Amino acid sequence: MTSSYGFETLSIHAGAAPDPATGARALPIYQTTAYVFDDADHAAALFNLQTVGFIYSRLTNPTTAALEARLAALEGGRGCTVTSSGHAAQVMALFPLMSPGMEVVAATRLYGGSIQQMKNTYPKFGWAAKFVDGNQVENFKRAVTDKTRAFFIESLCNPGGVVMDIEAIARVAESAGVPLIVDNTLATPWLCKPIGYGATLVVHSTTKFLSGTGTSMGGAIVDSGKFDWSRGAKFPSLAGPEPAYHGLNFNETFGDMAFTFHSHAVGLRDLGPSQAPFNAWITMLGMETLGLRMERHCANAARIAAFLEKHPAVAWVNYAGLPSSKYHALAKRYMPKGAGSVFTFGVRGGYETGVKVVDNVELFSHLANLGDAKSLIIHPASTTHRQLADDAQVAAGAGPDVLRLSIGIETVEDLIADLDQALTKAAA
Amino acid sequence: MTVAGHDRYDDAYLRAILREVRTIGMVGASANWNRPSYFAMKYLQDRGYRVVPINPAAAGGTILGEAVVPAIDTLPIRVDMIDIFRNSEAAGPIVDEAIAHGAKVVWMQLGVRNDAAAARAEAAGLRVVMNRCPKIEHARLVGTLEWHGVPSGVITSKKRKL
Repeated sequence: MTSSYGFETLSIHAGAAPDPATGARALPIYQTTAYVFDDADHAAALFNLQTVGFIYSRLTNPTTAALEARLAALEGGRGCTVTSSGHAAQVMALFPLMSPGMEVVAATRLYGGSIQQMKNTYPKFGWAAKFVDGNQVENFKRAVTDKTRAFFIESLCNPGGVVMDIEAIARVAESAGVPLIVDNTLATPWLCKPIGYGATLVVHSTTKFLSGTGTSMGGAIVDSGKFDWSRGAKFPSLAGPEPAYHGLNFNETFGDMAFTFHSHAVGLRDLGPSQAPFNAWITMLGMETLGLRMERHCANAARIAAFLEKHPAVAWVNYAGLPSSKYHALAKRYMPKGAGSVFTFGVRGGYETGVKVVDNVELFSHLANLGDAKSLIIHPASTTHRQLADDAQVAAGAGPDVLRLSIGIETVEDLIADLDQALTKAAA
Repeated sequence: MTVAGHDRYDDAYLRAILREVRTIGMVGASANWNRPSYFAMKYLQDRGYRVVPINPAAAGGTILGEAVVPAIDTLPIRVDMIDIFRNSEAAGPIVDEAIAHGAKVVWMQLGVRNDAAAARAEAAGLRVVMNRCPKIEHARLVGTLEWHGVPSGVITSKKRKL
């Protein structure tokens, strides 16, 4: 159902036609837990998924549904499920694919919280995560076993500067008969649309650039609708009789919408991480200006990365938008409009100097989020990645000298001046 | 009216069919509540269409309050549309029966496509849709498919209606 409208038009209109009941032009916030049934027969049809409609906001809600339709349209997907956070989206993406004993092969270059979730919490579900260096595509091939059920990568990796070869990894996933899941949080669909390169599922923390102002937690899973879940009998929840739904076969009944129907009717129903309607409403508001904001985020980031690269207190800058980056060619290919606004740099003097820079900034906020209109800074080794062992920190691009920036949309000269004074003080 | 290629259909073409059709003969309707045809029949009934189930194995019984007939030529009424829940090959002779019956539309479900039969139907003046589900297209065009996280592809500044 690809519309011929452009990205900015879809950002503003997709999923949000005028309210059919009142004509309200802005998306209404349906702050309700439940919905009345017309009669017992209508209720039964809803519970059997035989008709479209609302039962309970843990499963579906008109405001969160509008966000789902908009994000699916922007990513070029068949359907979308929004969740309470990006972390919930990751569990919800794997939930229909995995069962005890099954494996997901993930790139080492992931957000530290994702590595934690996969390494320490998935085993409690009986799931195993195998980590491979995603820069070498053959590593994915070597890690595949008969228990593999998915690959997981980030398009533009957190803490930054690394771009994955999505299309090559998607080809390996295809030959292994498993879906490729791509976390597209840092790139957003404005910079990169992984489904066009063969990704099956795209996950997001909508908390970041999509909502855009650091106010609202949220996550999302977009399904391409292109994976045949009946292939190889590996995905019985989607293409066999699903015991969680009276033996309904979702693939047979809902075709290319099977994943999205399953993730609402079973995933959200049984795991419960639904997004609050108010958060969805704020995220919808943010997405109206996604293209404009990303343009400025990227332009500011490119200026600041070039400035830092020449700064005497800086040892290196890892921004894929710089010609010096070994990921520059991949960034040009997968995100030609810009390399995002989250990247890392190394300070001369290591851990101590890094901590001092963070203490001396006045405009940059020291906090553990990214993708805000405000510029943000963090020292991963002492915060987001501190639970990782030293070698795992380095493997994740979060060694002791590393600082991560999320460049906002303030006046770029002000941001440069702030970093300059903080670096000068820290180096003194 | 003929559709070139039958790979995609204009929304206006599908809307006109779903607005004009009031009665549907559903070939391959199942009495089993969790079969796709049962879902489609239930949905279409709820939207005001009269659906008559056609299934020789279930003839004599009822599905969703409607008596099941064994074949198109035993339908108690002349229906506007024949909806086919059978495989692509089996759809061929069913389309010929639909033409003989006087149906105005032949609709083949998701995964069902028979181009030769479609050409015969169009030559006889019928409109044809293949590899689509009327339930999904109806919900998409009225916008309610978006309630389940599936974008409709319809962008409008007007209140949604079929």
